[in-house]
Amino acid sequence: MSEIRLDVRKTYKLLINGAFPRSESGRSYEVASFKGEFLANVAQGSRKDVRDAVVAARGAQAKWWAQSAYNRGQVIYRLAEMAESRRDELAEHVGLAEGFKGKGAQASVSRAIDRIVWYAGWTDKIAQILGSSNPVAGPFFNFSVPVPSGVVGVIANQDSSLEGFIDAFLAPIAAGNTVVVLASNNRPTPSILIGEMTATADFPGGVLNIITGHTGEIAPTLVAHEDVDGVDLDGVNGEFESELAVSAATSIKRVLRTGDSDSTSLRRLRAFVETSTVWHTIGQ
Amino acid sequence: MSGDLTHSTLGSMSYDPAPESAAIARLKSEYGLFIDGAFSDPTSHQQFLTLNPATEEPLASVSLASSADVDRAVFSARHAYEKVWSKTTGAERSKYLFRIARLIQERSREFAVVETLDNGKPIRESRDVDIPLAAAHFFYYAGWADKLDHAGFGPNPKPLGVAGQIIPWNFPLLMAAWKLAPALAAGNTCVLKPAETTPLTALLLAEILQQAELPPGVVNIVTGDGSTGSALVDHPGVDKIAFTGSTEVGRLIQQRVATNRKHLTLELGGKGANIVFEDAPIDEMIEGIIDGIFFNQGHVCCAGSRLLVQESVADEVLRRLIRRVDQLRVGDPMDKNTDVGAINSAAQLARIRELTAYGEQEGATRYTSSCSLPDKGYWFAPTVFADVAQSHRIAREEIFGPVLSVLTFRTPEEAVTKANNSNYGLACGVWSEKGSRTLWVAERLRAGVIWANTYNKFDPTSPFGGVRESGFGREGGRHGLEAYLNV
Repeated sequence: MSEIRLDVRKTYKLLINGAFPRSESGRSYEVASFKGEFLANVAQGSRKDVRDAVVAARGAQAKWWAQSAYNRGQVIYRLAEMAESRRDELAEHVGLAEGFKGKGAQASVSRAIDRIVWYAGWTDKIAQILGSSNPVAGPFFNFSVPVPSGVVGVIANQDSSLEGFIDAFLAPIAAGNTVVVLASNNRPTPSILIGEMTATADFPGGVLNIITGHTGEIAPTLVAHEDVDGVDLDGVNGEFESELAVSAATSIKRVLRTGDSDSTSLRRLRAFVETSTVWHTIGQ
Repeated sequence: MSGDLTHSTLGSMSYDPAPESAAIARLKSEYGLFIDGAFSDPTSHQQFLTLNPATEEPLASVSLASSADVDRAVFSARHAYEKVWSKTTGAERSKYLFRIARLIQERSREFAVVETLDNGKPIRESRDVDIPLAAAHFFYYAGWADKLDHAGFGPNPKPLGVAGQIIPWNFPLLMAAWKLAPALAAGNTCVLKPAETTPLTALLLAEILQQAELPPGVVNIVTGDGSTGSALVDHPGVDKIAFTGSTEVGRLIQQRVATNRKHLTLELGGKGANIVFEDAPIDEMIEGIIDGIFFNQGHVCCAGSRLLVQESVADEVLRRLIRRVDQLRVGDPMDKNTDVGAINSAAQLARIRELTAYGEQEGATRYTSSCSLPDKGYWFAPTVFADVAQSHRIAREEIFGPVLSVLTFRTPEEAVTKANNSNYGLACGVWSEKGSRTLWVAERLRAGVIWANTYNKFDPTSPFGGVRESGFGREGGRHGLEAYLNV
């Protein structure tokens, strides 16, 4: 068989509620590699797609949080297993998106996978770090536990197509939130691959939803959505970021603004966590 | 080994045998010592047999590690600590531990069968408790290895070095997990000494460590008897001793370690009080009392072996308790319907018999289950003593068998006083619908663990350990890391 085989190419789609639809709008847009060469026609998500994704995330949140922390940790760890087995594909896409030289793309994938493992270990430890027993002056057992904010909208980093994406979506999920991510406008394919992997990692549908498209068009819809409890504005800056932050104030959203470069900081994990305090009487 | 085993007073409700297959165990006839990543013969070439306590038949021949073998193991652990493990990042250690957790999950059925064959505990317990919890423990501490800076011990906490770990026979694999997982997460290397009568699952774990490609010497497993453990305690190359077992042996170890300045944690015996108030929901409470004392044949350091019942409901509780005890299915541990399995060894059976004989002599009223017992193997019918006084040996000493001593009280103060009237302080239970009273009692109990409206619950995230002569140090949770960090 000396004939050259024609490869089968993939359609890059959205991830909403565990399914992979095209945009309801039927639109797509051209994504290029760092060299400017054609890479793919990616679904161009609409405002309606964003709203559908928020509905899916809301529907999944109570169930995700009701799973044991151990179970949520295993689901996230499973994602690391899936990513490891498809690491070459991830490296190819990160390389095409970001233009790494030499082994740079593989190194980025390694860091990304280790980061998934790091988050897998957090699910059952967040309460032990952020919670407390409070010695109030009275006959009460008083304790505080961290609980998720709910549904988090993430505008993913525009440059760091894999590592930045992983950090931004996985921190709120590890803390028990469900997430709608607007992928990097120009570098969306690594995030689409991760979305595909969650489908084989026992992520319940709706826990992670990914919308590809034009950030400027759809971010305002996500940030203004009344049923979104918090937003991470990593992927926008300047005046647009400020506009979105103002919009988020309408429904008193929790807002995470600047990207967090220190990998040992818990800032992202804390960003979408509420503290719930219980007073219980003590007496015969 | 069937037929009469499922006899009960509810004859029409007896179960047909539902045996698990012993062939799943795939045991070898002989096992070496696991040192420096490989199995090797002991220098003495001495072997001993490990028996199935339900049949008294040998399962496999196991190596007896001499002090020369312990020396080899400690040398290997030291070398691995200095050359490899102390230079391995937390993220990499984390991934090794996750691998181990996954491999245990993958081979869980095989592990459950081997545990039940070697220990005598019901397959239902090894399958549903021991093995899943062991995997979960590795999974939990895997997640700590790359997060030690956040554990509350200050920045960049350091390991201790080489840990010598001596574990008991009541939860063989689970105790190995409780010891190894936090030690490795914190960056120590280990020499583990399994109990003499239950070495097999630790040796299977050694195979898993090979499959996980854990660097040689990071974990060494030396089987043997008391002399092996003694050599480990005395070895100058060991930085830390972690021991789970009897208070008697724990005391000796603390004395020995006192002169050579090793770090030490001890998880020792108990005489847990299960306190029942009159408002407790009776059905759940009866099941909780049963689980508290008859789980794992009562071979549980935190067993609820003293039942303290409020006088107003004592007669009713005792009547229902005895009826329930009579319904426990005692017999073949490999039967999936068995509630109470075999006593782990002839020596333990002799000790249970001795202490229960004292119970009768000292004037307590004995109720023994009418269950029939198999001819071969080590068995003890579930037993309840009523009219027990605080001075009785069966109220003071740890029996470590399926024997419950029942005492009564009138007020919450009296319940607390009686519960605390013990040299031990491992665990207690409180049964009441009134949360405020449960908390009032809980804050007055001198015990490391207090269960409210439940008993014998374990989780990797929850610290476990005792106060007073039940030992010191905690296993599980964030607190469990402290035992293996130089902080």
